[in-house]
Amino acid sequence: MINNDIKNLPKFGKLDVEHPLFTNERVYKDIKSCKEREEFESKVLFSIEDAIEKSQLKSGMTISFHHHFRDGDFVLNKVMEVIAKKGIKDLTLAASSLLSVHSPLIEHVKNGVITRIETSGLRGELAEAVSKGLLDIPVVFRSHGGRAYAIKNGDIKIDVAFLGAPSCDSFGNANGYSRDHDNGIICGSLGYAKTDAQYASCVIVLTDNLVPFPNVPAGIFQSDVDYVVKVDAIGDPNGIMSGATRFTKNPKELLIAETTAEVIEQSGVFKDGFSFQMGSGGASLATARFLREKMLKKNIKADFVLGGITGVIVKLHEEGLIKKILDVQSFDLEAAKSLKNNRFHQQMSAYYYASPNNPGTAVNQLDVVILSALEVDVDYNVNVLTGSDGSIRGAIGGHQDTAAGASVSIIVCPLTRGRIASVVDKVNTIVTPGKTVDIVVTDQGVAINPLRTDLIERFKNSNINLTTIENLRDKAMSLVGRGKSIEYTDKVVGIVTYRDGSVIDLIYQVKDQDEDD
Amino acid sequence: MGDRLRRTMMFVPGNNPGMVKDAYIYKCDSIMFDLEDSVLLSEKDAARYLVYNSLRAIDYGDKELVVRINNPRTECGIMDIKAMVASKIDVIRLPKTENVDDVLICEKEIEKAEIEFEIEQGSTKMMAAIESAEGVLNARDIAKASKRLIAIALGAEDYVTDLKTTRYADGVELMFARSMLLHAARSAKIDALDTVYSNLNDEEGFRNEVLLIKKLGFDGKSIINPRQIEPIVEIFTPSRKEIDKALEIMDAIEEAKIKKSGVVSLNGKMIDMPIVLRAQRTIQLAKAARVL
Repeated sequence: MINNDIKNLPKFGKLDVEHPLFTNERVYKDIKSCKEREEFESKVLFSIEDAIEKSQLKSGMTISFHHHFRDGDFVLNKVMEVIAKKGIKDLTLAASSLLSVHSPLIEHVKNGVITRIETSGLRGELAEAVSKGLLDIPVVFRSHGGRAYAIKNGDIKIDVAFLGAPSCDSFGNANGYSRDHDNGIICGSLGYAKTDAQYASCVIVLTDNLVPFPNVPAGIFQSDVDYVVKVDAIGDPNGIMSGATRFTKNPKELLIAETTAEVIEQSGVFKDGFSFQMGSGGASLATARFLREKMLKKNIKADFVLGGITGVIVKLHEEGLIKKILDVQSFDLEAAKSLKNNRFHQQMSAYYYASPNNPGTAVNQLDVVILSALEVDVDYNVNVLTGSDGSIRGAIGGHQDTAAGASVSIIVCPLTRGRIASVVDKVNTIVTPGKTVDIVVTDQGVAINPLRTDLIERFKNSNINLTTIENLRDKAMSLVGRGKSIEYTDKVVGIVTYRDGSVIDLIYQVKDQDEDD
Repeated sequence: MGDRLRRTMMFVPGNNPGMVKDAYIYKCDSIMFDLEDSVLLSEKDAARYLVYNSLRAIDYGDKELVVRINNPRTECGIMDIKAMVASKIDVIRLPKTENVDDVLICEKEIEKAEIEFEIEQGSTKMMAAIESAEGVLNARDIAKASKRLIAIALGAEDYVTDLKTTRYADGVELMFARSMLLHAARSAKIDALDTVYSNLNDEEGFRNEVLLIKKLGFDGKSIINPRQIEPIVEIFTPSRKEIDKALEIMDAIEEAKIKKSGVVSLNGKMIDMPIVLRAQRTIQLAKAARVL
């Protein structure tokens, strides 16, 4: 019992000695068991309506969702349906990305429930509708790192985050898989959701799988979670995860992959302890196969691989060729299972992965990244967002972030796709600025950004088929010719931001072809 | 020994613009545009038109360009020959060759086309694919039927059907045809090419077959996918030891020339003509595979 007489300690100041535990007041200790508390005093609610009510969501606020369930996601559509029914309007939807499955959003925009959208990408009918001018206010596109940074610095202020999770306990410890059993939904990393959970004013986890406390390890922690909603279903497993990502059999992609592995080998970063990232596209994934042979041959191991993870990377890890994996998004079942079972395969948040304002950011530690592209232009600018018809059909993802962070950024793409050139005078939409792009590998030659005199010097005497980006453009033009330029109206439908939030390009509404008739 | 390697002759369907337009990116020795079996009857004109224009517009680099035409006894085959000669194709591949007449009819049409389009006489070469029992038995005469012939090739699918058998993994059903073709080709001093291996996913089976035909003495093989190039090149590429030996032999010849000695010897052993020829071929293969 503290000496009640001392209320002021010299040089320290006032002491709080009035705690009820030390007075004559009666104090009750909570003597319920964990099980009882899980049942009666948890954060669990049994309806989305209830959760929205408790979150105090109002018209004009900002809501967020993650896209770890990809095209199998039920959460966004279910929640939006309830929100619409409640008559809430004028919301800003700040999703980590939006896919084909989210086309019901079109109606919610038309009905005024959603008036603004921020996302990394758009696909399917929603993307088409946005391209044709669905919203009055342009959609803001941010990279994964850019979004995380915007959330942290308050450019995006999330009022309520609705985060689906394949497992969660009664107090909000949530994860992308379940330690308790092997059935049910599994999505692996909850990387994008982690940042939302950390910064949103109110966090609601939706799960079909309530597990006993403590759900460890967790992707999202109880300290960040306000409510847990038990729902019947959060997604369609088939849409969330495909089985193993297969190696491409496309000969052109294999040719590009083989060349890319050669380029990496000779780029100067291919040393024991190096690090890399590769996308899930055919050519970039296949590069892993050729890189593996070179790693085995030269006895080189990678210290870490990061980003979106596939079974291909997992195999290299299990083979001992990669020491650690940092996973922001698990692309396939193999990756998700590895996150669950492999000790040195860990999930990281979008902020940890790619935020531009922190020297420790994972992408800054990359030696080499392999990225795909819809188009590259002669200034090395890359477009991964708008198609050859001018409409939106892609996502920035981590493209900007990794290109800027990695010591060597390699873009892989076929010189032409069907009748469409991939190397052009000017990309439709600048997504990744050319100054951060180092090497372009195509099936018909490799071009090095003139800014990288060090790389040009290094490759001068190599057996790599070096050319210039202008030559690649000319070759593409000689094969497929110049396409008719796309006609736009003067309405802006999309704003492309760079990682720091600055605007680097605008996407205009595509002129409806029918109007000409 | 011919002046160019034909280890890999890659089939490209003549009606597939995506494949026709950049088939040169792969490391095959020859590209063979197909106007015959991979093109539907209703697509014949379109395929001919596509290949004709591609040959005129696209730079295929140093690849040997071959086209498999339709039966030259038909209107379609004659049109094929005209268009291909006009586009200055390197080689016309005659399908289903049964006898000398088949070669001569094709040759005649080529000659006519060369005159019509003012192409140098004899510049369009030919190869004959042999795909039947009758063709195999006539292989020797076929191989010698025209000066334009640079190679004969085995087409096994039709041939095994004709024999009332099917393809087997060990290739025992093709033993006679392969040996016959090879002897016919060598007797006529032209190249011998083996048939396609159509199960793309059976890499081991493919490699075994390539090893077999290399042992027999074939110059190369028709292939259906760029993925089949590398195993063939690998198997046809001489080992370091073979290359060193070949270089030593060539050095010894040089030395003998300088000494104006009529007899070439290496390490006390005399080097005769076959050894020289083998050494030359070894060096050619090594250079082509960029290991020398």
